[in-house]
Amino acid sequence: MENQQITDALVAQFGADAVYGVTESHGILQFTTGVENIVPMFHFLYAHPVFKFQFLTDLAGIHFPDAKGQELGVIYHLHSLENNVRLMMKAYAPIEAPHFPTITGLFATANWMEREAFDFYGIIFDGHPNLTRILNMDEMDYHPMRKEYPLEDATRHDKIDELFGR
Amino acid sequence: MSEVALVNNPNVGLDKTQKGGPYVNELSTLNLGPTHPATHGIFQNILTMDGETIVDSEQTVGYIHRAFEKIAERRPFYQITTLTDRMNYCSAPINNMGWHMTVEKLLGIEVPKRAQYMRVIMMELARLTDHIVCNSILAVDTGALTGFLYVYQWREFIYEIYEEMCGARLTTNMGRFGGMERDFTPVAIEKIKKLLKELPAALKEFEGMVMRNRIFMDRTQNVGGISAERALNYGFTGPNLRAAGVDYDVRALNPYSSYEDFEFDVPVGTKGDTYDRFLVREEEMWQSLRIIQQAIDNLPEGPYHADAPHYYLPPKQEVYKNMEALIYHFKIVMGEIDAPVGEVYHSVEGGNGELGFYLVSDGGRTPYRLKFRRPGYIYYQAFPEMIKGTSLSDAIVTMSSMNVIAGELDT
Amino acid sequence: MSNSTVNVAEAPPGIEGAGFFATSLDNLVGLARANSLWPLPFATSCCGIEFMSTMASHYDIGRFGAERLSFSARQADVLMVMGTISKKMAPVVKQVYLQMAEPRWVLSVGACACSGGIFDTYSVLQGIDRIIPVDVYVPGCPPRPEQILDGFMQIQELAKNESTRRRNEPEYKALLASYGIE
Repeated sequence: MENQQITDALVAQFGADAVYGVTESHGILQFTTGVENIVPMFHFLYAHPVFKFQFLTDLAGIHFPDAKGQELGVIYHLHSLENNVRLMMKAYAPIEAPHFPTITGLFATANWMEREAFDFYGIIFDGHPNLTRILNMDEMDYHPMRKEYPLEDATRHDKIDELFGR
Repeated sequence: MSEVALVNNPNVGLDKTQKGGPYVNELSTLNLGPTHPATHGIFQNILTMDGETIVDSEQTVGYIHRAFEKIAERRPFYQITTLTDRMNYCSAPINNMGWHMTVEKLLGIEVPKRAQYMRVIMMELARLTDHIVCNSILAVDTGALTGFLYVYQWREFIYEIYEEMCGARLTTNMGRFGGMERDFTPVAIEKIKKLLKELPAALKEFEGMVMRNRIFMDRTQNVGGISAERALNYGFTGPNLRAAGVDYDVRALNPYSSYEDFEFDVPVGTKGDTYDRFLVREEEMWQSLRIIQQAIDNLPEGPYHADAPHYYLPPKQEVYKNMEALIYHFKIVMGEIDAPVGEVYHSVEGGNGELGFYLVSDGGRTPYRLKFRRPGYIYYQAFPEMIKGTSLSDAIVTMSSMNVIAGELDT
Repeated sequence: MSNSTVNVAEAPPGIEGAGFFATSLDNLVGLARANSLWPLPFATSCCGIEFMSTMASHYDIGRFGAERLSFSARQADVLMVMGTISKKMAPVVKQVYLQMAEPRWVLSVGACACSGGIFDTYSVLQGIDRIIPVDVYVPGCPPRPEQILDGFMQIQELAKNESTRRRNEPEYKALLASYGIE
């Protein structure tokens, strides 16, 4: 099973403008798609008689502050255990309205993965059963992994930048 | 009935389904954690119980969230190794090696055979330490403290081997990009051979105490089971998945670091219950010993690190004599060497399952985005489903057998 | 087996006679307390694994009287905080400290508990001495079991030499008040 087969099947099913940015990273196929295609593509790849991408390895959020209109992204890592083929699917949304559909209906494992992406980046997954913060404190009012926020605690008073010559 | 009659009636509370009884259908909430003797690490379970049976549960994690992924965006690649130590801290070398392999994939460094075999040996030793802890603490949670004390001595011995190789016991920071930082010393090889000769006896002793022990079997069989389909849907990997019947092992399916040269079996269970998880981990320890034996017998000669002067620190004698080495040393330590632009995903078989590293590099000295795919975080979601309808003591034993390590759960 | 390097511990100053030994109450109570400290192992991360090594037979903290680990705060003497304490966990640590009965000591094990360690981030409490008073700090990442035992022995020294009136004195109350504890 070649990566080209997967690309061809996806283009045949969803159209050539639903699959762009196709690259290969060390043998793993990567492509980008629109937010509206995520759930149909997942179902297609899951139910496909040959491909059988039935294992969701990971779901990562990412923030590109310079890509206007496509700042927040989600990268899905899929794995077909029977064929031993991996796949990376990416989708981006604007930072003012970062809505992605949830895939918890298909993969139970996406539940906490999506909560983590929400906690870190503020990406909203429509239809998620319990989209609340998971790793950070509930009272936190910002999404810390976004690039504009610093690593250190902003309220600390003994390790201030002046002491370190910054 | 009057209040006094209720209090003095000896039958009150005995039959809760009795019509008109005072305690019909009363659910209670029990808070298990975050600090609790039986949870290995700090995470909270709020259990809704109907008497002794668990009806539902809710997890709160994040009590040890240390923002690894945010820290990783601010540190040069070689400083991130110290972060990876602290994820699954029971088997730190596996995390280190996994990270090194990810960066080597990005940088295009080819690791020589000897270094690959050395890495395999250290990773299998780490797997031994992880499984020793998990299985012996599972026995402790059922009340058998002696097994823990016996096998823990061998864990101390493995720590001595780590100290020979990298100087530290637990948070090892072992290896470098392109290989290892030092060759096996004769003392290290002697200790590994002694381990291979004497650990089997200790493991057999532990198994004799616990594996066919009637009390242990009654506590762990048919407890906390999960089917293979549900386990796959929940993203289980590692011993928990293999106990459910799916033989997915990253070492066998996507071999890395010369694992294809070794002959080993992947133990698989049938029912996915606690006893199967215990047995799978026990058998994996025997397979790890087998791999270490093969690796140390066939250890090839050659360099223990790649010839990658841009990423591998030159030896100190060279730095003081040779201008080129001095410049490379300066550039590497001050972080002036940029990485290529690209993305890479690499995964290794950690003690708990597929430990993945998704690295996005934008050409700078620090990663743009680093995502850790932690197996513990992913399979802990299934815990409510696994303990529904069981009793509190079964829930404790199930949690213990899943080997949830808080450092991995929360990064 | 006889071992000439074994030393018998020093007795506190007192008057000895046939079948009796008279010393001050403080010394006696201190001796009893120091050799039977029950720890509450508040193990959160990697230092907790080094504590497990300290508890196991090779390094054996039971030799120092800490055989019975008490997870119930009321019955514990020493709160051993081992590992990173995040801001989410800080109220739990404070609650556990408040539930302990006097006399209580706090041993902060590991760089993370002492000062936040390598995690200078938005989510990690930079040292537990921001919320509770600490008696002994054990640095290390993680500290070797010998270091943890050394810290424990320092707590034993503190317990042995403490006056029985210390917990009611105004300085101690001022110390607790500075942390907002009554």
